[in-house]
Amino acid sequence: MNDMTKADQAPAEIVPALRFEAPPSTSLWAHARHIVAENPVTGLAFGLFAAIVFGALFGPSLVPYDPLASNTNAALQAPSAAHWFGTDQLGRDIFSRVVAATRLDFTIAIASVALVFLLGGLAGVSAGFYGGWVDKIVGRIADTIMAFPLFVLAMGIVAALGNSVTNIVIATAIINFPLYARVARAEANVRREAGFVQAARLSGNSDWRLLLTQIVPNIMPIMAVQMSLTMGYAILNAAGLSFIGLGVRPPTPEWGIMVAEGASFIVSGEWWIALFPGLALMIAVFCFNLLGDGVRDLVDPQRRN
Amino acid sequence: MLRMIGQRLMTTIPSVIGVIIVTFLLTRVLPGDTAAYFAGPAATPQAIAEIRSKLGLDQPIPVQFVSYVGALVRGDLGQSLTTGQPVTADLAARLPASAELTLAGLLLAMAVALPLGVLAAVRQGSWIDHLCRVVATAGVSLPVFFTGLLLVYVFYFLLGWAPAPLGRLDVFASEPPRITGLFLVDSLVTGNFETFRAALSQIILPAVTLAIFSLAPITRMTRASMLAVLGADFVRTARAAGLTSRKVIGTYAFRNAMLPVITTLGMVFSFLLGANVLVEKVFAWPGVGSYAVEALIASDYAPIQGFVLTMAILYVALNLMIDVLYGVIDPRVRLEG
Amino acid sequence: MLTRRTAIAAGLAAPFVVRGQAQAQTASRAETLLLVQEYGPNSLDMQGIGSSQPVNGVALNCYDRLLRFKPVPIPGGGGNTISMGELEGELAESWQVASDGMSCTFKLRDAKFHSGRPVSAKDVKWSLDRACTIGGFATTQMNAGSLEKPEQFVVVDDKTFRVDFVRKDKMTLPNLAVTIPFVFDSELAIKNSGGDPHAKEWLKNNIAGSGAYKVESWKPGVETIYVRNDDWACGKLPQLRRIIARDIASPSTRRALMERGDADVSYGLPPKDFKDLLDAGKVNVVGVPIPNGVWGCYLNTQVGPFKDVRLRQAVAWVMPYDKILQASLFGRGVSMAGGGAPKVAWPQPFPYTTDTAKAKALVDAAGGPFSTTLYFDAGNATVAEPMAVLIKEALATIGITVEINKVPGANFRTEIAKKTNPMVLNRFAGWLDYPDYYLFWTMHGNNSIFNIAAYQNPALDKLVDAARFAPDKASYDANVIDFIKLVESEVPMVPINQPTHDVALQKSIGGYQFQPCREPDFRYLTKA
Repeated sequence: MNDMTKADQAPAEIVPALRFEAPPSTSLWAHARHIVAENPVTGLAFGLFAAIVFGALFGPSLVPYDPLASNTNAALQAPSAAHWFGTDQLGRDIFSRVVAATRLDFTIAIASVALVFLLGGLAGVSAGFYGGWVDKIVGRIADTIMAFPLFVLAMGIVAALGNSVTNIVIATAIINFPLYARVARAEANVRREAGFVQAARLSGNSDWRLLLTQIVPNIMPIMAVQMSLTMGYAILNAAGLSFIGLGVRPPTPEWGIMVAEGASFIVSGEWWIALFPGLALMIAVFCFNLLGDGVRDLVDPQRRN
Repeated sequence: MLRMIGQRLMTTIPSVIGVIIVTFLLTRVLPGDTAAYFAGPAATPQAIAEIRSKLGLDQPIPVQFVSYVGALVRGDLGQSLTTGQPVTADLAARLPASAELTLAGLLLAMAVALPLGVLAAVRQGSWIDHLCRVVATAGVSLPVFFTGLLLVYVFYFLLGWAPAPLGRLDVFASEPPRITGLFLVDSLVTGNFETFRAALSQIILPAVTLAIFSLAPITRMTRASMLAVLGADFVRTARAAGLTSRKVIGTYAFRNAMLPVITTLGMVFSFLLGANVLVEKVFAWPGVGSYAVEALIASDYAPIQGFVLTMAILYVALNLMIDVLYGVIDPRVRLEG
Repeated sequence: MLTRRTAIAAGLAAPFVVRGQAQAQTASRAETLLLVQEYGPNSLDMQGIGSSQPVNGVALNCYDRLLRFKPVPIPGGGGNTISMGELEGELAESWQVASDGMSCTFKLRDAKFHSGRPVSAKDVKWSLDRACTIGGFATTQMNAGSLEKPEQFVVVDDKTFRVDFVRKDKMTLPNLAVTIPFVFDSELAIKNSGGDPHAKEWLKNNIAGSGAYKVESWKPGVETIYVRNDDWACGKLPQLRRIIARDIASPSTRRALMERGDADVSYGLPPKDFKDLLDAGKVNVVGVPIPNGVWGCYLNTQVGPFKDVRLRQAVAWVMPYDKILQASLFGRGVSMAGGGAPKVAWPQPFPYTTDTAKAKALVDAAGGPFSTTLYFDAGNATVAEPMAVLIKEALATIGITVEINKVPGANFRTEIAKKTNPMVLNRFAGWLDYPDYYLFWTMHGNNSIFNIAAYQNPALDKLVDAARFAPDKASYDANVIDFIKLVESEVPMVPINQPTHDVALQKSIGGYQFQPCREPDFRYLTKA
């Protein structure tokens, strides 16, 4: 699943237009309004994102049924007025489960992205800024990870560390490490010799200070694009792991495991069990991906004129 | 040129060594006890111990590693406990199946993605641009196993258009003589058109599943690359010189925009090889991906190591090929190399 | 093949080959059976170490044993099953237990191996010696029927063979009919052994038998193709000439293949699919309650909260038996709740029913609330996961908080071997259908890997051992009743239900035969 990310990121690495040398000067908000007005799809993505955040925060307390409560007398019912998305094998309300799952899926995405942002970003920035052996080591680690079929690596990590949400987060972070490290490295490397960094260095700032005050803030926009793009893949990755039996523990509602549970019911005609969590999953990933584009537009200096 | 290839090869050696070490450690850390698994349901502790020593699992980890590397040098990837065959033979038998599926998926994706990307770039900001974005993003947002199941349900079960998802050929069809191992190619080469049709009808659904998934990166790359080229001076010059828009886009811009796209294709191909694990599972496709997943679930070390190594080597070889190709297309790269 | 090609050449729309060629294929398909199964054999030698479950099918169809289980009709119809005490000769033309009851002499049929060489007593001895000495599962299974050492197997003459008993054990003869003690062409095996006395490597990849089928091609993980041995001497010549066994991992795909009529037989579908297929009525579903098989919740008697017998009884009282049967097995099984007086049978319902008040009182008396973890094998998730979720929900109502841990197949053995897991869901089914056999594996003090509850009780061991080697039926019955009473009150394992072994067959397929190894027996199958 995550395999795609690397290819997806290529534009950021290759198209040199994405570099910009000065902190933003125009109002972000005004710019965002401009982007949304110009690009309705991005507007849609921001709207969806707001809905997902709302679902993650308040969903579990708003749903009509207890997402864990079974009712074997009402098992495998098609969508109806009482159960909008139908019920599953144990008679649990799928609508309630889909909504309640938002929080967990959102948490997995945020946590893994935050983790890899810290690890990959820091490693990449150091590699780009210091060069030399730091650069070599970070480069080798990234190369080694990149040489793996990433989904299989994630499977291996979760299988080795044990079946838990934390380990999904760790595995997802590890397989995304090269992406973040490379982008951060490239950006830091370019700026190392930039005029504003040189100026700061000449005025007596230490390396660490330079890194934190001059380099890191400048690569934040690029990293933000990266993060919003990897969020979707984090969820897809977790779903793929659940599908083959690794991942979230039952009966916790999570979209991936729900699709996996429902997969065996598709052929027998109970399509709703897999379809609705699958749609929720798709919409969330879709939203994150569009959002990534939107964020990129937001920080892309070429589009600011 | 040869020196460049040589240098390029040297840089890959450390990561291949890294892969060997990481794979070895990972498979040894996996909590499953292979010996207990294969001793069968009613095994006594002695029986398990016997199997453990037969597999060399009672040796210290460094000793196991040395004997593993030794065997590797001889080209021996060990024996799969699940299929009972040498891993090298298993992989050799299954790799063409994965390669054929992945290639078919990639070609299909390219056929849709390249025109879509070019169109989106040329009409930047138009509804085509938005549609292209939405379609590509929607494709990559679908979990592949879900797409696969959905396609099977609709096209095989409901409509009956597709044949049963039973692997590479219908049960009663015979395999074409093995030349490349790719059924579509082999059957065409030998002029066996019935087999070609049978193989084609089997590969369409899984290939579409993969293609949907790989639409996004190719479309995006094409679009981004086209945009960059369209803004370049030589295109402006060409336009200023009064060349038709069709000629400018078709000849000048497209050709130049293809360079980064080729890099992306190489990456997408190797990612797909890994990503089709789940697709192979859904379509009972006898490839290396499903082989690795089953081995992982059975704690069968040798196939996992063999699979990952093969993938890593494929990846390295592919990137090397692309670098060389790049050098051929773009002389500037060669000079720098 | 020809008809198919003609059909396609006749211009069926490419690229999708349209259904309907099934009719065109009838001529070639009539004697060919297409079986779809989850996974296929990893070896052709069931005695070899590490052989997977489907290898039993190879042993069954490609090799012969001295004895086999006699087909008896399934009570509900649909085919035949077996009965433990009823045997018939396979390679043996006749057999006679000595008057002292300490040996049995077999007269061999005039059977030929696939190589054309006649089967002799020497081959039988080589094969049984091999099973007893090769180690691993084969040896363990032989020992379970008191077949322990090569000295027990005696060649009297070319066509006469004797097994000497080390003790009187009612399981010795039935154990000669399971899929382990089958007979190899010893000359062929030795010739190709490369010096290995067990010829393990060669026999793993080659058949050297006299059975009703030969293996025409074997692609591990893809398919196995069997062809009939027209010279088979040990029974009625099978009707089917060719069997194609395809490995299809996805159960949905197997079900779809059955529903569309593309496959003839499918084993191992989820219970829901069998129920739907049965309800739809387009294909036949034959179900046999797995003899000696039961889904149980094992409660650790040595560590954790369930050391307290009151809590084990509480679990038995709160177990949602009906809900589980309905939502997890879709009715494809027999509930183990609300039994009466103990009988000589296994499994049998325990006297517990779902009674939350009683369960709650027991938990309170034991000083609840508690929290614990429930383990099950991810390979069984289709059935075990909904079961676990329902158990978790039920136990929450009496103050026991359960966390569910789904263990990947390979790790499951390691987990249960630790014997520290407080609660485990597992299905165990013995090949030999005797209560004492089941308890010997799952609750006896010898602490086999399947004694997941780590139950240790000398009183039980004494009763089980006495039953295993009981001299007569009266003492056997008395011992069985006593140990069943004991485990009913001690409940190291709460029996939940006895699952049904289901097989889906097209209406045109007849002659279904259930075997304790639960693999398809092609020799009896017919196709209309």
